[in-house]
Amino acid sequence: MSPSRTHTVEIAGRPCRVWEKGSGPSLFYFPSTALSLKWSSFHDALAARARLFACSLPGFGGSEGGDAIDDQLGWCLAGRDMLLAAGFKPGDTLVGSSAAAAVAVDIAALWPDLIGKLVLIGPFGLYDMAEPTRDIFALQTKEAPGVFCENPGAYSEQMAAPAGEEAILWSIGVNRAHEAAARILWPFGDTRLSRRLHRVTAPTLLLWGEADKVVPPSYATRFADGMSGKVSTMTIARGGHLVELDRPQETAAAILAFAQ
Amino acid sequence: MRFLWFHLMPYPDLPADFKQKHHSVWVDIDPKLFDPVRAHQIYNEYMDELEYAAECGFDAICVNEHHANGYGLMPSPNLIATSLARRTSDAAICVLGSSLALYNPPTRIAEEFAMVDCISGGRLIAGFPIGTPMDTCFAYGQNPSMLRQRYLEAHDLIKECWQRDEVFSFNGRFNQQRYVNTWPRPVQQPCPPIWIPGGGSVDTWAWCGVQDYVYCYTSYYGHVSAAATMQGYWNEMAQQKKDRNPFRAGFLQFVGVAENRDEAIRLYKEPAEYFYNRSLHVDPRYATPPGYVTEATQRMKMKSQVKIAADRSQLFGSLQNEIAGILKEGYVVIGSPDEVADQLRAIAREFNVGNLLMLLQFGNMDKETTMYNTRMFAERVMPQLADLFEDEWEHKWWPKPLAKRVQAAPVAAKVAAE
Repeated sequence: MSPSRTHTVEIAGRPCRVWEKGSGPSLFYFPSTALSLKWSSFHDALAARARLFACSLPGFGGSEGGDAIDDQLGWCLAGRDMLLAAGFKPGDTLVGSSAAAAVAVDIAALWPDLIGKLVLIGPFGLYDMAEPTRDIFALQTKEAPGVFCENPGAYSEQMAAPAGEEAILWSIGVNRAHEAAARILWPFGDTRLSRRLHRVTAPTLLLWGEADKVVPPSYATRFADGMSGKVSTMTIARGGHLVELDRPQETAAAILAFAQ
Repeated sequence: MRFLWFHLMPYPDLPADFKQKHHSVWVDIDPKLFDPVRAHQIYNEYMDELEYAAECGFDAICVNEHHANGYGLMPSPNLIATSLARRTSDAAICVLGSSLALYNPPTRIAEEFAMVDCISGGRLIAGFPIGTPMDTCFAYGQNPSMLRQRYLEAHDLIKECWQRDEVFSFNGRFNQQRYVNTWPRPVQQPCPPIWIPGGGSVDTWAWCGVQDYVYCYTSYYGHVSAAATMQGYWNEMAQQKKDRNPFRAGFLQFVGVAENRDEAIRLYKEPAEYFYNRSLHVDPRYATPPGYVTEATQRMKMKSQVKIAADRSQLFGSLQNEIAGILKEGYVVIGSPDEVADQLRAIAREFNVGNLLMLLQFGNMDKETTMYNTRMFAERVMPQLADLFEDEWEHKWWPKPLAKRVQAAPVAAKVAAE
């Protein structure tokens, strides 16, 4: 279970990592913190029927430079530059998850002609004070698995240092990825996406774990109502916020069916 | 040796079952617990206590900044400092400090500190904390990943405010101002002494050394757990080839003095247990937002003994909360004047610290007990230690007030009537 190739692309002068595997239609994926740290069965499930490019945004797993980005425009430019450097062609499909989905959807808003299809998995970006998203940066270590996943063991396994990895380096990489997500999301308000969401014209699939404890599934309606293109929504049973870890096969199958 | 009388201004009426029924004293403490009428009384009593400490001969009186916090009722320490500047005459006014990254623009801090320095006639010590994650990231919504960068930029801007004698523009990463022109300007030139309170960050030690600022370790967990941190600080100074002038360093310590140890325990047991049970009942979720701790400090803590102390102080776990443990771990130094003096002398020498930040009011200690503790310390402890380090080292980081200063002069009633 590993990528076939690892590419390094330079974003604003800092090295960022792209994992590639599989053949077929190109599929570009901005993983969340956890999925950026380690290759998973979800990656393999996508790569089984597509040419997957898993792009770690600056600061996320294997990438540097998150500390140089100060605002949402900076994240969007970095994300777009990364896609193009990885070989993204106008009309390709972009998948974003959790915090990284807040960047993916904004790229689709700023450059609507670039994105062919858009998949958002439990995306941040909008904020409803009456039903706030979970503060994922105020969690005790022991409670995080149960907040992020319906199957806490899947989260713990994903976050554990791989065999042979130096514990200090792994821990710093994990913290750096969390920091990058915090740099995008803190302090959990609307990323101003609500003002731009109408510019998203790409056909979009909204994917949610039905037991998402971080971004309530009701947010799907808020996203769908704000977009201008065709939107379909799918909730995945027995899935939490990181539904890619809870239900990797079902999640990948839904994405592949939508993309093809 | 310099003694700074430090007030946190704790809320003294948290209920006995606070720890059981409320999950944090900080960030999301229940607003319904706050009684403004009670606050009217305690703010005035606390300011009385600070003024009394100045009268008793402490070298400085000291205040700090907290937000949404049940043990620290000074969201704006500069408000308190301004009043103290009027009502005291000789003691230095130490604001330890104002959290630079929270203010937009940070020139506000330059202005307010300059006001305090002018009103006090040059008695200000300007404290520049990065700020705790609870205050800055959670209560004030600052991004933890950008906090230190914002702080450093704000520091540079404030220094320019105080030192440039021209109107200038500032085009920073986080702050842009076409016109910067700080009126008033501080009495002390080129600027008031700058002290940095901190909790054990490698980067803060290094920065204090480079800038030649005083570093103050402001843990609430006493001297026993502080050894590794203070050693780390002095190791960094040695690496930078700085001298071992003890006035470069400050250390915070809770102290209770009475005629004898038994009497001290009788007097200070309840306030100490109040503080460590209720005031420090902080939800650990708020302790380490991502990006707050730099990678350099993460590496150090994972590799060194400092980790032990850091875990204890940052995660609010495994704390002592009964008087026996509180005393054993040295959270509070307690005893007769001679016993306290002996302990503080040993601490000062071991840590090579020339500035002791004394918490003589803590928890729900009432005004009468606080004044007793303050007087006992000033009259019977301070004289035993006052000469420590003074013959060997020059304190280069102490305020230099005007020789001739104006005192507060209440307007006579008949003049007011006219």
